[in-house]
Amino acid sequence: MEHTPLKAKADTREHLVVIGNGMAGCRAVEELLARDADRYRVTIFGAEPRVNYNRIMLSPVLAGEKSFDDIVINDADWYAANGIALVAGDPVAVIDRAAKTVTTRGGTTECYDRLLIATGSDPFIIPVPGKDLPGVIAFRDMDDVDTMLAAADAGGDAVVIGGGLLGLEAAHGLSLRGMKVTVIHLMPTLMERQLDEAAGWLLKNALEARGQTILTGADTAEIVGDGKVEGVKLKDGTLIPASLVVMAVGIRPSVALARDAGLAVGRGIQVDDHMVTSDPAVLAVGECVEHDGQVYGLVAPLWDMCRSLADGLVEKPSGYRGSVTSTKLKVSGIDVFSAGDFSGGDGCEDIVLRDASRGVYKRVIVKDDRIVGAVLYGDTADGSWYFDLLKKQEDVSDLRDLLIFGQSFASGGGAADPKAAVAALSDDAEICGCNGVTKGQVVACIAKGARSLDAVRGTCKASASCGSCTGLVENLLALTLGDEVQAGPKTMCKCTSFGHDDVRREVVAQDMRSIPEVMQKLHWTTPDGCSSCRPALNYYLLCALPGDDVDDQQSRFVNERLHANIQKDGTYSVVPRMWGGLTNPTELRAIADVVEKYDAPMVKVTGGQRLDIFGIKKEDLPAVWADLNAAGMVSGHAYGKALRTVKTCVGSEWCRFGTQDSTGLGVKIERMSWGSWMPHKFKIAVSGCPRNCAEATIKDFGIVCVDSGYELHVGGNGGIHVRVTDLLCKVATEQEAMDYCAAFIQLYREEARYLERTAPWIERVGVEQIKARIVDDAAGREALRARFLYAQSFSQDDPWAQRAEGAEREHHAPMARFTPQEEMA
Amino acid sequence: MTGDWLDIGWVDEIPVRGSRTVQVAGGDDIAVFRTAEGKVFALLDRCPHKHGRLSQGIVYGGAVACPLHNWRISLSTGEALGDDKGCTPTVPVKIDAGRVLICRASTLKAAA
Repeated sequence: MEHTPLKAKADTREHLVVIGNGMAGCRAVEELLARDADRYRVTIFGAEPRVNYNRIMLSPVLAGEKSFDDIVINDADWYAANGIALVAGDPVAVIDRAAKTVTTRGGTTECYDRLLIATGSDPFIIPVPGKDLPGVIAFRDMDDVDTMLAAADAGGDAVVIGGGLLGLEAAHGLSLRGMKVTVIHLMPTLMERQLDEAAGWLLKNALEARGQTILTGADTAEIVGDGKVEGVKLKDGTLIPASLVVMAVGIRPSVALARDAGLAVGRGIQVDDHMVTSDPAVLAVGECVEHDGQVYGLVAPLWDMCRSLADGLVEKPSGYRGSVTSTKLKVSGIDVFSAGDFSGGDGCEDIVLRDASRGVYKRVIVKDDRIVGAVLYGDTADGSWYFDLLKKQEDVSDLRDLLIFGQSFASGGGAADPKAAVAALSDDAEICGCNGVTKGQVVACIAKGARSLDAVRGTCKASASCGSCTGLVENLLALTLGDEVQAGPKTMCKCTSFGHDDVRREVVAQDMRSIPEVMQKLHWTTPDGCSSCRPALNYYLLCALPGDDVDDQQSRFVNERLHANIQKDGTYSVVPRMWGGLTNPTELRAIADVVEKYDAPMVKVTGGQRLDIFGIKKEDLPAVWADLNAAGMVSGHAYGKALRTVKTCVGSEWCRFGTQDSTGLGVKIERMSWGSWMPHKFKIAVSGCPRNCAEATIKDFGIVCVDSGYELHVGGNGGIHVRVTDLLCKVATEQEAMDYCAAFIQLYREEARYLERTAPWIERVGVEQIKARIVDDAAGREALRARFLYAQSFSQDDPWAQRAEGAEREHHAPMARFTPQEEMA
Repeated sequence: MTGDWLDIGWVDEIPVRGSRTVQVAGGDDIAVFRTAEGKVFALLDRCPHKHGRLSQGIVYGGAVACPLHNWRISLSTGEALGDDKGCTPTVPVKIDAGRVLICRASTLKAAA
């Protein structure tokens, strides 16, 4: 049990006590705080021992797509920051209206001035024999999810009774978790309250194709088992084995407390337009209420109710007028939408479009030139448009011929322009169903400074839950901000909706330490990423955590995994480091010996002033490295997103034009920076005079020596798009040249996106920005340099030497050898 | 060792999200993969595109990305994924008490 102190010191404000710490109770409090944060002292009682979470997101938790933390709406800090006392895990047992108190099961009594009942609903348990056996559960709260997860760990068969929304989501989650799932549904088609027969049939086929067994028109007779559930018996005698039975046949407003307290109760707790019950001091909101003869089991009406309730509490009553509901959801990855009345009847006309091969079904029901209902299956993009027309009761006679093809066609656009579609939505059109956010609210939140998807998610919560409205929110950003947002980063890959910069910032901010942790916390949509994002994440972690053992070999491209360059025939080429392009007889002899010993068919002088040995077999690599190591040579990282070479000319030592010791400086710089992993390959050159024989002005970092010192150049590239460097600055001493170089490398390591060379990086951020950080900000430069040297203290360990000593041998040797002749002999 | 299956070693010898090879005298190697979920698959170690060594690619989900040109090959069917067209022969695999067994007939075909 989680208790926060109940008694604040002498607080004379009216005391609002809320029974129910769920979506309705907390939303009502949020709405109230938004109107007048100081008016009431608030105490919330919750039956569950946890903070307020998004109940409709339990399905993704079951399916393994989200964790509990992801679906928390208000964490403990929210209660504290707003001075709300939370009593979690100790449900209210009695309301005494005469004394104006509530008493919990644990015996705590609290006085109220105003009482808000938000007890939601209870799962309906069908009264069949065996319903109380261990292993028979509902699907209502986090405890149910935990029970299901434990059952799924043990494996076996599960039966879900009820083929409505909740039942199908439970079945989907359990199926994903590896259980063999049978869905038993009393009615002839699935989700008959939200879908018509055709869509229900499409859904049934699709779910069966995914491996679930769906029995429609099936009536449960009893749940059998000795001491625990063993199976479900149907009225036709069929016995279905099961170690877990989930009852998801429906919900009933939770009215027991209210009824015991003598409040007027029909199907739900009866309330007026201001959510006030038969007792003026008691209000009620959410699934537990009956308003104007209606009870609601969906989340959307709750937002409207909470607004009216809060308006009433601050004495600016607006009045709730009932809700027209729509359902938009993903069942087992299939998009489904419905709204209004689709039962047909007198005067109703159906407009239907079917595309069997794409699995799309659309039906719009029109009465007296107005839309009264819509059912969409497979393609729900136009759902919010139809729903908007329906709620506004707009005359659609002019659109009728094109109505079924969706908004873009019907509005005369021809080709679909999603931005135009969003622009045409009215301000009160709902964008995010999970969090009840309208278009007007999203636009207001953008106008107040939320300039990215992330910022919108963080402020008004649109697109922060299931993410199905992400496209709409992005279009709203584009519409509201115009070109400002166009430059926004693309997502890293199809596995995530975050861009490189967002991921990187979060990795650092949340101190993430492994690729699975990043994927979990940032809601990766694939279980283990892809060949694009894994190497990027591996690099970001390596860069953020120098010295920590975070390198994941399986997330590296083959060349970095084998420390050699794969060639088209599957052999490798090996390039030992030659510092500054210098070599000596020992090194040359060792290279010659390796070429002969391992039958390398070719040796080539590279553009980076070293020698490349071609045609080495994967299994010979460790031995080749051992031989090269013995002559004092280390890996040249010619294969890596890392420092490649430092190209030099001969400089003042020999050249009649040379102004400084370019060779010596090149060697020093290479010794300082080798072994460092970077976003992409990185080349350096040092030329001894402005004749620039080392081609320093097309390198990532180039130094051109002049009589009075060293010109430092950055961002050059000699590849497909040749780019000449930008001049960073001029320095007087060798030491300064090295310090600036180290700082620049670290800035690139920390801020460029993975696989972004320095040239496009600098074009993206602007060279002025680089100058401001490296040249103008001496303290910043020194800090960057220090971080680089610190990281280097861990990375200058020759990977070849480690492999030659036997590290990760499995990368090189075959697992088994097989010779057909021998085997047959 | 005869029979329909060839015992090539322990499952644990294959790195998770990685692969090992079986050398077949006179033929293409066979690449044996182990996914994050612990499933084991075997393919001819030869991309249908330019014959890259699939065993050297990055393994993710149920696919491997060829190291030469990043073609993505399904581990279960050998088919190229996405817009690329091509297929690498698969080799049936089974796990028995922690040992990896590959189909002998398919392996002989690889050597042919």
